[in-house]
Amino acid sequence: MPEPLLRVDDLSVRFESDEGAVHAVDGLSFALEPGQVLGLVGESGCGKSVSSMALLRLLPPTAVISGSARFQGVDLLQMPVRRLRQIRGREIAFVFQEPMTSLNPSFTVGRQIGEVLSRHLSLSRGEARERTVDLLRLVRIPAPERRIREYPHQLSGGMRQRVMIAMAVACGPKILIADEPTTALDVTIQAGILSLMRDLRERLGTAIVLITHNLGVVADIADRVIVMYAGRKAEEADVRELFRHPQHPYTIGLLGAVPRPVESGDSRQRLQEIPGRVPSMAELPGHCAFAPRCPRADELTRSEIPPLREIRPDHLVACFHPGSDGRA
Amino acid sequence: MSYVEVAPLVTPRARRRRLLLRRFVRRPFAVLGLVVALAFVVSAILAPVVAPANPDATDFNALLAHPSSEHLLGTDELGRDILSRIIWGARASIQAGVLATLLAMVIAVPIGLVAGYYRGWLDPVISRFTDVLLAFPFLIVAVGLAAILGPSLLNATIALGVGAAPGLIRIARGEALALREEDYVRAAVANGAGGPTILARHILPNMMNTLIVQATVTIPAAIIGEATLSFLGLGVQPPTPSWGVMLSAAQPYISDAPRLALYPGLAVVCCTLSFNLLGDGLRDVLDPRTQR
Amino acid sequence: MNGDSPVLEVADLVKHFHAGGRLSGGASVVHAVDGVSFSIGKGELLGLVGESGSGKSTVANCVMRLVEPTAGTVRLQGVDITHLSARRLRPLRREMHMVFQDPYSSLNPRMTCGDIVGEPLRLHRLARGRRLDAQVADLFNRVGLRPELRYRYPHELSGGQRQRVGLARALSVGPSLLIADEPVSALDVSVQAAILNLLRDLQDDLGFSCLFITHDLATVEFICDRVAVMYLGQIIEVAPRAQLFSEPKHPYTQALLSAAVVPDPDLQRTRRAVVLEGDIPSPLDPPSGCRFRTRCPLEPESAPRSHEEEPPLRHVGGGHWVACHLVGPGGRAPRLLEPEAVEAQG
Repeated sequence: MPEPLLRVDDLSVRFESDEGAVHAVDGLSFALEPGQVLGLVGESGCGKSVSSMALLRLLPPTAVISGSARFQGVDLLQMPVRRLRQIRGREIAFVFQEPMTSLNPSFTVGRQIGEVLSRHLSLSRGEARERTVDLLRLVRIPAPERRIREYPHQLSGGMRQRVMIAMAVACGPKILIADEPTTALDVTIQAGILSLMRDLRERLGTAIVLITHNLGVVADIADRVIVMYAGRKAEEADVRELFRHPQHPYTIGLLGAVPRPVESGDSRQRLQEIPGRVPSMAELPGHCAFAPRCPRADELTRSEIPPLREIRPDHLVACFHPGSDGRA
Repeated sequence: MSYVEVAPLVTPRARRRRLLLRRFVRRPFAVLGLVVALAFVVSAILAPVVAPANPDATDFNALLAHPSSEHLLGTDELGRDILSRIIWGARASIQAGVLATLLAMVIAVPIGLVAGYYRGWLDPVISRFTDVLLAFPFLIVAVGLAAILGPSLLNATIALGVGAAPGLIRIARGEALALREEDYVRAAVANGAGGPTILARHILPNMMNTLIVQATVTIPAAIIGEATLSFLGLGVQPPTPSWGVMLSAAQPYISDAPRLALYPGLAVVCCTLSFNLLGDGLRDVLDPRTQR
Repeated sequence: MNGDSPVLEVADLVKHFHAGGRLSGGASVVHAVDGVSFSIGKGELLGLVGESGSGKSTVANCVMRLVEPTAGTVRLQGVDITHLSARRLRPLRREMHMVFQDPYSSLNPRMTCGDIVGEPLRLHRLARGRRLDAQVADLFNRVGLRPELRYRYPHELSGGQRQRVGLARALSVGPSLLIADEPVSALDVSVQAAILNLLRDLQDDLGFSCLFITHDLATVEFICDRVAVMYLGQIIEVAPRAQLFSEPKHPYTQALLSAAVVPDPDLQRTRRAVVLEGDIPSPLDPPSGCRFRTRCPLEPESAPRSHEEEPPLRHVGGGHWVACHLVGPGGRAPRLLEPEAVEAQG
């Protein structure tokens, strides 16, 4: 089997803090193929953002990272920083959640995109300008020649996010990591951004790691989905397989918690609640992290960490009692 | 109705206090500041007990004596024990520093609250007035007031307090301005709570952290202020010991016995520095955003 | 709804903010709300949906009299509260209360949760001492919190628990109207479900009316009886829930519904979304005539009328109101998408 574009093995991230060690990510492994859209799904504190930032070593110095992340065969986590800087922005690009704060308010849009281009591709001023206009057109910003002279505060949230995406794809990266790219945007704007990302994937063949808590977004654009809980992988499958046959009680709970279009008949359905709260990351439980909230919990799940097993073809679950027998 | 809360609480209150303590202890400079500041305050309060000699006792046999076992820091131009005078001088400085700061708070906080919370026409008036006062350096204002009021420790304290008030008004106003936008304030309004109730229950308690830090930073400024005023003859009058008075009296002897100026000068520096370090440390500890 | 008089009646509500102080010569006006009318009946849950700049939060603030409306009237239980003084308003404040979006700023960090929940009871002098404490404990029970938590401080509770405290506070004096301003948007999905279920249960038990403000259509479809859609300071469509979702008439509503993502890959990928061009115009300078015309795919058909005339909110039958020039008197509305695609939305 050919080497995947990105192969993450046993990634763990620990933060040293006042209260002791906080285990944000514990033993995460996954593979990303070229042109694939991988959805990393979970609620707050599950480690999805931390794990992707760890790949490019964007975390503060209090973070202790272990494991490996092989990009085209070379481990990003062991690489000298100089070489890593060449990869950041050029081979692997990041799009953040808040377009408000991710763009520098003191520089024009054109200047900021130009900065990325000149650092990685060493283009002349004229060439960079031309390419910038092309990029803005690629992300469907109207009147791009005018926009390059504008400052971020003159643009709307949706536009700013498009600019972020333009900056990210400027050098034709192989992987685009998008951390909650549409969460801060209105619904109608979000639809546009998702359509744009789909389009970019078609045209440029970029693989995308899409981090989100929104299952609808995942259903829209992801090829494969990883559900994370408390820093560990709970379930992984192709998108249709996951939604049709969810196995982990957490995944089932998540799917049941989202209000859906009302099927004819019972309009007074109850949303599925998952009792309790996401556990504190200060203690790494030596058992299934979901056990305190799980309707299927028993002696076994409270004493051991469930291993990741292939339950159905190409469908992995870390659970002692998997199964999609309707509501958990 | 079922209970859906199964998991234990996030952070019990006692743990939070211990957490703050631990954060503080991790900062050696802050701890140093606390220890030294405390030492000054305690020795100022216990001056009669701690001072080895009577600060007013002159000894014409031992004028400008060098440090010895009898007089650890030597004697001054009238034969008085310098160490004892420094300890007693701390009284004047700490008293002025703390009381002036308290006075400034008592003046500034209500004005700032009213300006920041109610806004309206009152706010621009108060703000402009404060801006005018802030255009004058703090010491100039204090000196001017002290000159008008007449020289004494009490008047110096009042002058310093009034001089420090405009800066605090601005800070209190800023806090009130930010806090009134919080949702819990809107909820209180929605409950029908009136302005005074909201200020007392919701705004003021949430400003306390900032005010405490500001106080620990204002005290050193007031201490230096008192030393300056006394140096200029506007504060404590000789023979009452005060660091400023001692500095003033040391002027003619600078070349012969520089230690007469050095020791009180060091006392001022150490005392104010300790309060500053303490204030910095407190600010870091109380700010939830700082990492360690 | 039924024969009872409505709990809340809002008529031609207008709220303009002045951006730019007098000194800087700022004459710019933010048209946050520009002529909004609706009513809520007893026990009814009206959803107010809109994107940023729609003015929905400003409507809530006006109804709660946290700001004073520029024009129009707000009647609570038949009483005109639009310009009442704070003193006259105070007894009426018992009848309406609000739950806020941000669980972190809606509770005073210096007060215990019990004090927070008990504050309205204390302010309205409805209980004191032991009786107050008993009532607070009871309220905690009602919202699904252990009564011991009333001695804790907000920072010791999770986001979901804090929202429950906010709910308990809002319901403590038994208001007839609850305004919920994006109450679950800041919470995790699994916690959202619990709060939404709770809200609905409480409404069934206590029978209060509710104005539910949100941008999330799925939530609206789950919890609301009727839905009003806002765009740039105006209501452009109102309808009973089922009708709004099966037969949206206004082009903006149709675009909004088609843009929502559904957690079902088979369904989601066969849907076609109407992608609206351009940005939402600024409330500082709303378009003349129909405010949606700058982004409306049907603008060529509605011009030039849509440039000059504001479409009035008209009743087209069955409790369904629409403000659009292209909607006929009988309710015939233009479709932005093929009927098959619309049906697939479910």
